[in-house]
Amino acid sequence: MTILEESDRTRSPGTTRHRGRGRERRRGHGKRIGRAGLLLIFVLLLLPLSLLSACGDGEEDAGDQAAVTAPAENGTEETEPTTQAADGDVGDENPENLVLMTHDSFALSEGTLTSFEEQTGIHVQVLQAGDAGAMLNQAILTKDNPLADVIFGVDNTFLSRALEADLFVPYESELLDAVPEDLRLDEKNRVTPIDFGYVSLNYDKSALGGPGQPPVPENLAELTAPEYRGMLVVENPATSSPGLAFLLATIAEFGEEGDYTWQDYWAELAANDLLVAGGWEEAYYSHFSAAGEGDRPLVVSYASSPAAEVIFAEQELEEAPTGVITDGSFRQIEFAGILSGTEKEQAARELIDFMLSLEFQEDIPLNMFVFPANENAELPPEFVQFAELPSEPLTLDIVDIEANREKWIEEWTGIVLD
Amino acid sequence: MPETGGRGRFLRPLLGPLLRPLLFLIPAGFLGLLFLYPLGSILAVSLFPGGDFDYAAFADILQRPALRGAAWFTLWQAVLSTLLTLAAAMPAAYVFARYDFPGKSLARAAITVPFVLPTVVVGSAFLALLGPSGALPVDLSRSIWAILAAHVFYNYAVVVRTVGGLWAHLDPRVEEAARVLGAGRLRTFWEVTLPRLRPAIAAAGAIVFLFTFTSFGVIIILGGLRYATIEVEIYRQTVSYLNLSVAAALAVLQLAAVSLILLLYARYQERGIRQQQLRPAEENSRRPRGPLEWGFLAANLGFAAVFLGGPLLILIERSVNTAEGYALTYYRSLGETGGTTLFAPPGEALRNSLLFGVTAMLIAVVIGVMAAVVVSYGRGPMARGFDMLLMLPLGTSAVTIGFGFLVAFDYPVDLRTSPVLIPLAHSLVAVPFVVRITAPVMRSIRAPLRESAAMLGAPPARVWREIDLPLITRSALVGAAFALAISLGEFGATAFIVRPDTPTLPIAIFRLLGQPGSLNFGRAMAMSTVLMVVTAGAILLVERLRVGNTGEF
Repeated sequence: MTILEESDRTRSPGTTRHRGRGRERRRGHGKRIGRAGLLLIFVLLLLPLSLLSACGDGEEDAGDQAAVTAPAENGTEETEPTTQAADGDVGDENPENLVLMTHDSFALSEGTLTSFEEQTGIHVQVLQAGDAGAMLNQAILTKDNPLADVIFGVDNTFLSRALEADLFVPYESELLDAVPEDLRLDEKNRVTPIDFGYVSLNYDKSALGGPGQPPVPENLAELTAPEYRGMLVVENPATSSPGLAFLLATIAEFGEEGDYTWQDYWAELAANDLLVAGGWEEAYYSHFSAAGEGDRPLVVSYASSPAAEVIFAEQELEEAPTGVITDGSFRQIEFAGILSGTEKEQAARELIDFMLSLEFQEDIPLNMFVFPANENAELPPEFVQFAELPSEPLTLDIVDIEANREKWIEEWTGIVLD
Repeated sequence: MPETGGRGRFLRPLLGPLLRPLLFLIPAGFLGLLFLYPLGSILAVSLFPGGDFDYAAFADILQRPALRGAAWFTLWQAVLSTLLTLAAAMPAAYVFARYDFPGKSLARAAITVPFVLPTVVVGSAFLALLGPSGALPVDLSRSIWAILAAHVFYNYAVVVRTVGGLWAHLDPRVEEAARVLGAGRLRTFWEVTLPRLRPAIAAAGAIVFLFTFTSFGVIIILGGLRYATIEVEIYRQTVSYLNLSVAAALAVLQLAAVSLILLLYARYQERGIRQQQLRPAEENSRRPRGPLEWGFLAANLGFAAVFLGGPLLILIERSVNTAEGYALTYYRSLGETGGTTLFAPPGEALRNSLLFGVTAMLIAVVIGVMAAVVVSYGRGPMARGFDMLLMLPLGTSAVTIGFGFLVAFDYPVDLRTSPVLIPLAHSLVAVPFVVRITAPVMRSIRAPLRESAAMLGAPPARVWREIDLPLITRSALVGAAFALAISLGEFGATAFIVRPDTPTLPIAIFRLLGQPGSLNFGRAMAMSTVLMVVTAGAILLVERLRVGNTGEF
C-alpha cells in the first residue's frame, strides 16, 4: 500500500495550481541561465578554430600543403611560394604546388614525389577521391572549377566517358616513344598511358593440377566443364572493377554474335555453380581457398596477385601459393591527363613526364602491383619471377565499352541471377 | 494539453530573449549549410543538365522493374530489420536499465563496438559463420536472413541505449503499483511500461529504420545479386554507369520515401507525448534478485555475447592466428609500411580517427542538444517540421551528400578538398542520433516535478540545473558516445569526399584488405581489433564524463 500511496503522491501535485508562481520566479533568475547559454555559444564559436588547427596538424604530418586553393581561382604561380616556404622546401626559387587527383589505390615509395620536387621544385599534393568510378564522377562534376591539375587512374573501361566529358588538355610527352603503340588509346594524346595490369583468373595451387585433382584450366571455355563445378568465384561487375573487367574479357572472347555468345557462356557458368561476390576483398579473402577460409580454388583477381602473395607472405616463400591462368586475361590500362582549367600547364607537363620516367615507372610495380607502360622500365625480381604477363590479353574498344557497359551489366545480372 | 503550454513557457525564461532564437538558428544554419544547400546543389546539377529539367530520368526509373523492385525491397527489409532489432534488443534495454551487475559499463560500451566496424570486415566475419564454408551447417549468405542478422548486429546498441536510456529514468514504482493492484507481468508491461517508453521506442525505431533503409555495404556483401536497395542502385548508377541524372532521380525518390515515413513518425510521436516522473537512473536499478531475474540477465547477456561477440571474436582470433600459431606478429608488423605509401601508418590513422571523432562528437552534441531543446520544448508545425528535417541526413544517400559537398563548397572559400569536411560530414549523421536520444528524455521530464521544486523555493536556474540538466546530460552523453562511434566508423558521406592524405583506422583497414597476401589480411584483422578496442575505450571514457554535480548515473 505504501508504494501505491507514494506513486500517487508523486503524480498528484496539481499541474496548474503553482504555475503562475513558478513562472514569476523563473523570470527573476532567467539571466543566470542566459549566461549558461552564452557559454554554450562561446564553445560553439571555438569549434571551428579547434577544427582548423586539428586539420592543420593532419596536413603537416602528411607532408601536405596548407589548404589547397583551386587552380582556377587565379592561383597564379607567384602566390604559391608562401605555402612552399612554410613546408621548408628546397629547390627552385619559384616552387609550385601541383594537385594530383587519383583513386584510393594510388601508392608510391615514400621518397618518389619528394625526388620530383627536388628535381623540379614542384610540390605534388595527392588527393584521393574514392575508387576509379567515383573519381571520374568527381572530375566531371567539378570540370568548370577543377579540384586538381592532373588526374591519374582513369582506365580504359571509363576512358571514353572521360574523353566525351572533355576533361583534358592534350600533351604529347617525348617519353611516349618508349610506350608501346597498343597502350596509346587516344591519338590526340589527351591522356597518357602510365601503367597497365591484367585481370586474370587465379587458382589455388594446392587444389588444382596435383595428383588426383582436376588439371589447371587452360582457358575460359574449360570453366564450364563439370570437373570445375562449384570452384569459381567472380565479382559482381555492377559493383566491382575487376568484376567488370572479367565480364568484358568474356565478351571479347566469346563475342555477341554467332552460335555461342558470351551470354551462353555465362548461362553455362551459372549452371556450373558459380559464386558471385560483391567485391574483390570478399571474393579473395572470404571465398578463395588459397587466401582464407574459402572453399573455391578459382577466383577473378590480377596477374600480379601471386607476386603480392609472395611479397606479403608471413613466412618467406620459395614459390607463390597461387597461379595465374593467363588465357582470358583482360588488360586494364591506366591513364593520366592534364585537367583543362589548370593554371599550371607547364608544371603539369613536367609531372606527366616524370610519371613516364624510369624513376616513377620502376616504382609502380611494387606499390600498385601493375606493370609500367614504359618499355625500358625494369621489373623488380618479384615480378619477373612470380607475376605472369599474358601473351594475348583481351581488350575491347573503349567506345564499345562506354556504349554498352550498362546494357551488358544488366544482361549479365539477368543471366547469372540465382 | 496544459503540459505543452507549460513546456513552452518554461523555455522562454531559460535564455534571454536575444539568445533564444540562436537555439533554433544555430542548428538550422548547420542543417541548411551542410545538408540542404549541398543537397539542393547536386540535385540541381544532376536533374537540370543544361538548364532543362530531366524528365527522362524519372520516367526511366519508373519504367525499370529492377528499380521498382529495389524500392519495394528497401522498404520491407528496413521495416523487418527495425522490428527484429527492437524485438532482440528490448529485453537487453530492460536489463541495462533495471539491473546492476558487475562489468555493466564495460558491457554497455562493448555492445556499441559493432556499430563502428566497416561492413567489409563484418561481412567477412558473417561469411565465416554463415557462408558456404562457414562454421554453421547452413549456408545463409545470399539470403535475406544474413542481411537481417547483420542489421540487427549493427543496430542492437541503438535500441539498447536509446530505449534503455529513458527506461533507466522511469520510476519502477509505477509498475510495482500496477502489480500490487493485480495486473500480471505482461499486462503491466503492455499497459504501463510500453506507453511510457513510447517516445524512446519510436526514436530508436526511426534511427534503425533510416539506417537500414539506406543500407549499402551489408547488402552488397551478404545479399548477393538478388537484393539491392535504392542506396545500392544510386551507387551503381553513379559509380558504375556514371548516370548522374538517374542517380539523382533515385535520390529524390529515396528522400521522398524517407520524408513520408518521418511524417508518419512525427504524427505517432505527437500522439505519444506524455510527461512523467523521471528519476536519476541509479535510484531505479538494483542487483537482480532470485533465480528468475538472474536467469533473465544471463539470457540477455548471453545472447549479446554470442550474437554480437561471436563475429567480433572471429575477427580477434584471426588477428592473432598466424602461420606459426597464436602470436602478435600482425600487430607488430602494423607499423612496417615497407617504405610505400600503400599502407597507412597506424599511429597517424589512430590520431586522425580520434581527432575527427572528438571534433565530430563536440559539434554533434552542441548542435544536437540545441536542436533537441527546440523540438521538445517548442510546439506547432515549425518544431515538428524542424524535427523531421533534422532526421533527413540519416536517410539520405552518402553518394548524394558527398557529391553535394563537391558541387556546393567551392565558393566563396574552396572547402571541397579540406579535411574540415570530414568531421562535419560525420556530425551531420551524428546530430540526428543526439536529438533522438536526448529529445525523448527532455519531452518526458514532467513539468510538475519542476513546479513542485519551484514551489519549495528553488529558483528556476537551480531547478533546471538539478532536475533537468542531470537527466539531459546523461542522455546527451549517450548521444555523444554514438556520435563518436559514427565518426570512428567513418559513416556516411566520407567515402565520397575527396580528401588529402588523412588516413583513419577504417581507411587503413581498407588499404590492407585491398592487397593479396596473408600478412595483409592478418594486419587488417589486427587493425580492426585496434578499432574495436579504441571504440570501446573511447565510449567508456565519454560516458564517465560528469558535468557539474550531476552525480552518479
